[in-house]
Amino acid sequence: MWKLSRFLKQYSAYIVIIILLLFMQVMADLYLPTLMADLVDNGLANKDVGYILTIGSLMLLIAAGGTLCALIATYLSSKTAAGLGKILRAKIFAKVEGFSLHEFDKLGTATLITRTTNDVTQIQQVAVLIFSMMITAPLTCIGGIIMALQQDQGLAWVLVVAIPMLVVVIGVTLKRGLPLFKVMQEKIDKLNLVLREKLTGIRVIRAFNRIEKERVRFDTANADLMGNAVKVNIIMAVLMPAMMLIMNLTTVALVWFGAIRIEGGMMQIGSLIAFIQYATQILFSLLMLVMLFIMIPRAQVSAVRINEVLETALDISDPEEAKSAGGKSGFVEFKEVSFRYPGAEQPTLSNITFSAKPGEVTAIIGGTGSGKSTLINLIIRFYDVESGSVLVDGVDVREMSQKELRGKIGFVPQKTALFSGTIAENIKYGKEEATRAEVEYAAQVAQATEFVLEKETGFDYLIAQGGANVSGGQKQRLSIARALIRKAEIYIFDDSFSALDFKTDAKLRAALKREIAAATVFIITQTVSTIRDADRIIVLDEGRITGIGTHKELMIACKVYREIVASQLSEEETG
Amino acid sequence: MSEERNSKAPKGFGSGGPMGSLGKPVEKAKNFKGTLLRLLGYLKPQRTRFITVFVFAILSTVFSILGPKIMGRAVTKIAEEVGAKMTALKLQQPLPTLDFTYIGELVLVLLGLYLFSAACSYLQQYIMAGVAQKTVYNMRQEVDEKLARLPLKFFDANAHGEILSRVTNDFDNISTTLQQSLTQLVTSVVTIIGVVVMMLSISPLLTFIVALTLPLYVVVTTSIANRSQKYFATQQKALGELNGHVEEMYTGHKVVKAFGREDKAIDIFNSINNDLYAAGFKAQFISGIIMPLMRFVGNLGAVIISVVGALFAIRGIITIGDILAFIQYSGQFTMPIVQTANIVNVIQSTVASAERVFELLDEGQETPDRADAKVIAFPKGEVRFENVDFSYNEEQPLITAMNIDVKQGQTIAIVGPTGAGKTTLVNLLMRFYEINAGNITIDGVDIRDIKRGALRSMFGMVLQDTWLFNGTIMDNIAYGREGATDEEVMCAARAAHAHHFIKTLPEGYNTIINEEASNISQGQKQLLTIARAILADPAILILDEATSSVDSRTEVYIQKAMKDLMQGRTSFVIAHRLSTIREAELILVMNKGSVVEMGSHSELLAQNGFYADLYNNQFIGAQLYDEVV
Repeated sequence: MWKLSRFLKQYSAYIVIIILLLFMQVMADLYLPTLMADLVDNGLANKDVGYILTIGSLMLLIAAGGTLCALIATYLSSKTAAGLGKILRAKIFAKVEGFSLHEFDKLGTATLITRTTNDVTQIQQVAVLIFSMMITAPLTCIGGIIMALQQDQGLAWVLVVAIPMLVVVIGVTLKRGLPLFKVMQEKIDKLNLVLREKLTGIRVIRAFNRIEKERVRFDTANADLMGNAVKVNIIMAVLMPAMMLIMNLTTVALVWFGAIRIEGGMMQIGSLIAFIQYATQILFSLLMLVMLFIMIPRAQVSAVRINEVLETALDISDPEEAKSAGGKSGFVEFKEVSFRYPGAEQPTLSNITFSAKPGEVTAIIGGTGSGKSTLINLIIRFYDVESGSVLVDGVDVREMSQKELRGKIGFVPQKTALFSGTIAENIKYGKEEATRAEVEYAAQVAQATEFVLEKETGFDYLIAQGGANVSGGQKQRLSIARALIRKAEIYIFDDSFSALDFKTDAKLRAALKREIAAATVFIITQTVSTIRDADRIIVLDEGRITGIGTHKELMIACKVYREIVASQLSEEETG
Repeated sequence: MSEERNSKAPKGFGSGGPMGSLGKPVEKAKNFKGTLLRLLGYLKPQRTRFITVFVFAILSTVFSILGPKIMGRAVTKIAEEVGAKMTALKLQQPLPTLDFTYIGELVLVLLGLYLFSAACSYLQQYIMAGVAQKTVYNMRQEVDEKLARLPLKFFDANAHGEILSRVTNDFDNISTTLQQSLTQLVTSVVTIIGVVVMMLSISPLLTFIVALTLPLYVVVTTSIANRSQKYFATQQKALGELNGHVEEMYTGHKVVKAFGREDKAIDIFNSINNDLYAAGFKAQFISGIIMPLMRFVGNLGAVIISVVGALFAIRGIITIGDILAFIQYSGQFTMPIVQTANIVNVIQSTVASAERVFELLDEGQETPDRADAKVIAFPKGEVRFENVDFSYNEEQPLITAMNIDVKQGQTIAIVGPTGAGKTTLVNLLMRFYEINAGNITIDGVDIRDIKRGALRSMFGMVLQDTWLFNGTIMDNIAYGREGATDEEVMCAARAAHAHHFIKTLPEGYNTIINEEASNISQGQKQLLTIARAILADPAILILDEATSSVDSRTEVYIQKAMKDLMQGRTSFVIAHRLSTIREAELILVMNKGSVVEMGSHSELLAQNGFYADLYNNQFIGAQLYDEVV
């Protein structure tokens, strides 16, 4: 967790001031008992009313001063902790935005969201505690000891006995308790997992009649959690009573041995009262440290998770000196490309070689898991190749800046993602500075105008988060418009027409054909009928090219392709 | 990492400190009294232990409160002796010695008191650990059993995250309250009363003076609480906005990257982050100053006691030991007051939590299986619908007076646009939902007379969504049949043509399908469910031929696998392929959830209605396409 403190650099001045202020506050708190001893020994003993009042007002002044210090320190530490939270969130978010798909998928969306939000909140909370207790507790402890010794050294041995006793009790309890706290979190997670699966899989569970088995699973996890919780609480039950006992016994001991010293004339009664108060403050400060010991491990988990994100090495980054494509535009070439997902037994793509130039349509067809989406992900450089190279406009994509590369590409993903905002804003996502006319034109080509104008506010219609208030087909058309508005050199359609009804599909394809005639086009599709006049059809099978050529050529040369065609077209068409 | 999801509900800042919940907006229960009584009802079985806990708590507090007064006596004695000594010294009399027997007695009494108090306090917490955790365990168990009895309707209507949060966050809340807050409330109240009594017994006048600081406590707490509620609300709003943006950008990560919009996303994030910082800082500060201010009020009290006490002592109204005791008592005053204010909030939110849990427990549940419910040992798979009426809600009748008669081994094709209502069919056949009128029989037996478990195990299901769970591929397939060996699973996977793609995954059969099952494609999911059905070997099948995201090559595999699977079994097929439809004995044409037409292919074409339209569009569309382009 301390690793995260590097982000506090800009707050160093604040932290120094916080420490100083808290030091002053602690000193003020510690000075009060001394003043009171003075009040008793000098004022009370001599029946000096004036002296009592002077010391009294001095005490008030010091109490007020201490409080003022504490308030300013709280102000600064709130600022610092909130600032740390802000910095961490910003760093994590910026880092995640730089993640390639591989890094992103390795961690997963859900946990990345938690790490950006909840985990940072955790850290922020603990930071506040550290800035108050973590600083005041040791200061109070050390300052208290010094002040106590100033009152009377003869009683110091009581503290010498009491403090180690307290430390031992705390140490033993925490040593036994803390591991159980950790286990506790695991047990809760386990219970959550079982329950979540019960909920998401409710139909499966009932359909496969596994209710009883799931019940037993839950019961086991539940009983396990209870057992652990009881254990933790029983151990922790020792802590408070033991600490209070030590504290009270210390006071009793001080009275008894103080009495002896007073009798011997080695000590005054006021000093005894002050000493007792110091002892209480010292032991209380140790108690506060215990609370920290309980809080910190929890934050530790969050810190580890945050660090994991921040320390993830980006496997895709821009080259030091990015090469520019020069004059060329729209040339895509694969040279003996192989690719394997990290840890996979078999490569997803092996030895892929082909090239495409402007004005050509390249269709990619093949079985599930044959590597179609992976292939186009390599063009966009969502992943880097294992061997071989992908060239765009004659430059290896790894030598080009990601911005330039992606600026050339209009991409329509398989899983349509729209963002909250108006329809126009969503289309403009492809080209920020686009005019309204450009937006409307792109929508026109994408066959979206009709349904957009049916919405009460037209292009200003607000799309809900995740595009929940438009249908699948409408989402796809907006997603296509978003790509078209870029006037890109290269277009990639990853199974982008699946949710469209037939008529719209046909109209859209016709409009597209005119619109992007000059671009290099890649289409991943399931339906053979729509790609029959593609310039090049790449047939992928288990990551290899088993056929490449036009429809006619493949019908003669490629068995896999014939199979696909046979499964789709009616008999009369195949002939 | 799945555990993180449930904690997504933003909990806000500052809940960690001792002053945590003070001043934060508190959720209130709708029916506070009723819920509280019901919650207490759960403690009833452990009544004796509970009462013991409270007795110990009270004893422990009372004994520790007696301490300072007795100690004060010892100090007074010492002071008197010192005074006497000084007088003796002045008067040149023999020096009196300190009465150590008296002080010794007091010390022994104190030792006894404190030991006894500590023992009580330990016992109280020890017993409470068992009581609280056992109670929560029972409640959780009850919720789980309830979930098993709730109809599917409930799960379809409620977000999973919300149900989950009831079982986790709400129970967490209840557990902590039972474990700590209840006894804390008792000890705090006893402490306050005890301290006041002790103070009064020492000096009513000084007590009165100390009581003057009480309004200060109230003013500090309430004024800060009011302010901080406002800031916490602002902070919560900013946090919500931030969460929304993060969620959107992360789920759309691919698009953000493809369009090179990372910088813009970061800009927006930073602007929300700044708002959050401003609000969070204020909320933190306001709640952070409660403690120092309280301490100041406490110190103020102590100083007043010292000065006034000293002045009184000079006049001999009060002894020095009493002043010491008084200071100690006034110090013990602050914490309980703050704690009580805190606990009231805690209890309020706990009752709100309990109310949510009870709401869940009070949901209407499935009618239980009849005592004489049957099991069909060797089902043939003959399905009949007789005058079946069904609707999800009363305003929109979906199915009225439907009659179908399916013989063993027949195929029924269900045809219609996407979202036409295939789930409805599954819901009815498997009795996930109850029909409103008529009856459905299998092999002549009304499905309401068959044990639910037995009924459902007659069916095999190959549908696309939500049918996989977070676990390894091996486990997912093996789910089809209890006790299936790894070899049988792999055999089924081979038969379903899923073996190859499974082997390309990072961990093969041990690959864990993640929460959203986003690490495998639609077609792959379907192959897995086919493998599962093959393993389960059911009498009746419900299949979805949906091809939308499945490519043709896989489609060929799926087709082959399905054909094998359907051999000799009654099959309900959500059909997309012409051949299936043509060969089906019966076609159900569905639109928007209801059955609009029914009959064989030729009959339906002859009707020239919805089906004919659909057929012309969808299945001979391919030729039309060429004409358009």
